Amino acid sequence: MTITTDEVYETASMILQQNLDIRTTTLGINLMDCIDTDFEKFKTKVYDKIQNNASKLVSEADRLGLKYGVPIVNKRISVTPISLIMGTHPTKEKFIEIAETLDKAAKDSGIDFIGGFGALVHKGQTKCDSVLIDSLPDVLSSTERVCSFINAGSNIAGLNLDAVNEIGRMLKKTAEKNVIGCAKFVVFANAPEDNPFMAGAFHGVGEPDFSLNIGISGPGVVKHVVDKHPDCDLTALSEIIKRTVFKITRAGELIGRELANNLGVPFGIVDLSLAPTTAAGDSVANILESFGLEKVGAHGSTMAVALLINAVKKGGAMASGNIGGLSGTFIPVSEDLGMIDAVEKGALNLDKLEALTAVCSVGLDMFAIPGDTPAETISAIIADELAIGVVNNKTTGVRVIPVPGKKPGDSIDFGGLLGRAPVMKVNRFSSAAFMKRGGRMPAPITSLRN
Amino acid sequence: MEKELLFITVIGEDQKGIVAKISGLMFDNCINIEDIDMGVKEGYFVMTMFVDIKESKKPLADISDELKKLGKDIGLNIQIQHENLFKMMHRV
Repeated sequence: MTITTDEVYETASMILQQNLDIRTTTLGINLMDCIDTDFEKFKTKVYDKIQNNASKLVSEADRLGLKYGVPIVNKRISVTPISLIMGTHPTKEKFIEIAETLDKAAKDSGIDFIGGFGALVHKGQTKCDSVLIDSLPDVLSSTERVCSFINAGSNIAGLNLDAVNEIGRMLKKTAEKNVIGCAKFVVFANAPEDNPFMAGAFHGVGEPDFSLNIGISGPGVVKHVVDKHPDCDLTALSEIIKRTVFKITRAGELIGRELANNLGVPFGIVDLSLAPTTAAGDSVANILESFGLEKVGAHGSTMAVALLINAVKKGGAMASGNIGGLSGTFIPVSEDLGMIDAVEKGALNLDKLEALTAVCSVGLDMFAIPGDTPAETISAIIADELAIGVVNNKTTGVRVIPVPGKKPGDSIDFGGLLGRAPVMKVNRFSSAAFMKRGGRMPAPITSLRN
Repeated sequence: MEKELLFITVIGEDQKGIVAKISGLMFDNCINIEDIDMGVKEGYFVMTMFVDIKESKKPLADISDELKKLGKDIGLNIQIQHENLFKMMHRV
C-alpha cells in the first residue's frame, strides 16, 4: 500500500468528522449565442442551453461524489451577465420574463441557484443596465433560484456612486416585497469573472463557451488542525494551515478536472475560499477563536483573519495551477454560527466587520440591518466597502438585508444555507448629502502606495 | 487487466467481527482485498482496506450503499473512496 493508514484516516476523518466537502461545482455558460430579436425564440434558446448542460452537471457531479466519497453539496450554473444579451428587449417586463425562464431552467434541472442576472456598471450604465436594476425588486422577490450581481467599481474605472445610490433604493424596495430577495443579490468592486460562489457568480465575457469552476470548503478541517496545536507561534501556525489547505485544494483540483473532462468542457478554476455553513464545527469564526481570540471581533481579529487568508492562499496556490474566483475567507454573518454568536454577544459590530473585510474578500456578507435604515445609508455602507476593494486592488462585495420592522437585537431566520441573521446597528448620522453628490469616484493612483 | 483500486475506511469503536463482515461483503461481490491495516488513531479504532473492484459484480454505487448500511447496523462510520484522491492529497 503506497498510502499509509494515517493518511487514509486523515482524509476519511476530514469528511466524516470535519465537514469537508466540495461546496459548489458551478458550470459557466456563455449565452451570447442565444441572442435573438424574437423574444420567444430567445427565451427558448436560453432555456434549452441551460437545461441540457445543467442536467449533465448534476448527474456527473453525483457520480464523482460517490467515487471519491467527497460530498458535492451544490451544483450551480452561472451565465453571461443578462444585461449584455437583452439589448433588443430593454423593457422591465421582458427582464422579469427572462428571469422566470432562468428560474424554470434551474428548477427543471435540479440546480439550486443560477447566477448572472446582473450587469457591469463600474464606469457607467447602459439603458439595459438601468432597466435590469429597475426590474430587480420584482425579479428577486418573485423568483426562487435566480441570483443577481452588479459590479459597481473597479481599480481601473473607480467607483460608480450613481449606481450605488440606485442599489440602496432597490434593496429597500426588494426587502419590502420579499426580504429573502436581498440575500440573492450582491454588489461588487472588481467582481471576478470565474467566481463559482453565489450570489455573485456570473460567466464573464473573457471566458470560453463553457467553464467548470469549483469552490472547496473546509473550515472544520482547518479548525481541527489548529486545535491540535494550541501553543505554536504564528509562523508555525501558518505552516500547519498551509499544509492542510494544500490537501483540501488538491481534492478540489482532482474532482474539478475530472468533472470538466467528463462533461467535455474546459476546467476553469478552483476557488480557495473557506466557506462556512451553519453546521456545528463548520465556522470560520471558530477557527479565529481557536487561534486564541475569546470571540471574533476582539482586538487582534483583523490580524488573525490576515494570517488565516494568507496561509490559505499559499497552501492553495501550491496545490492547483488554476486558482481564481474570490479565493478569500468568507465571513458571512448569518451563515456562520460563530459570527452570529459574536454579534449577539456584542463582540462584533458592523465597523469591525468592515475592518476584517479589508484583509479578506469577500466583503460584508449576509448581514441584516434595521428596515428603517435610510436608502442613502445603505448606499453609503456599500460605497465604503467597495472603496476598500477599489483602492486595494481586491474584490469586495456587499450582501445586506434591511429587514422591515426589525430593530438591532432582533434576528431573522432564513433557514437552510442562508442561516439566521441578527440585526446589526448602523451609524445613525446621515450620509445623505455626501451620497447625493453622485458621479464617479476616480480610479486610484497605482504608484505612491504607502 | 488494469486494477480499479479504492480504500475502505472504518472508524469507530472496536468490536468483534468487523473484518469478517466487511471481507464477507467483498467476497460476495467478487472484490479482491489487496491489503488491510488497523490500529487506534486519536482514540478511534481505524481499519483501512485496499480493494480492487475491477471484477465487482455490482456498480460502486451499490457497494457504497451496502457498506453504509453495514456501518449503520454495527454503529461504525464506513467510507469507500478511489485511491486517486489519496494520491492527490498526500503526494506532491
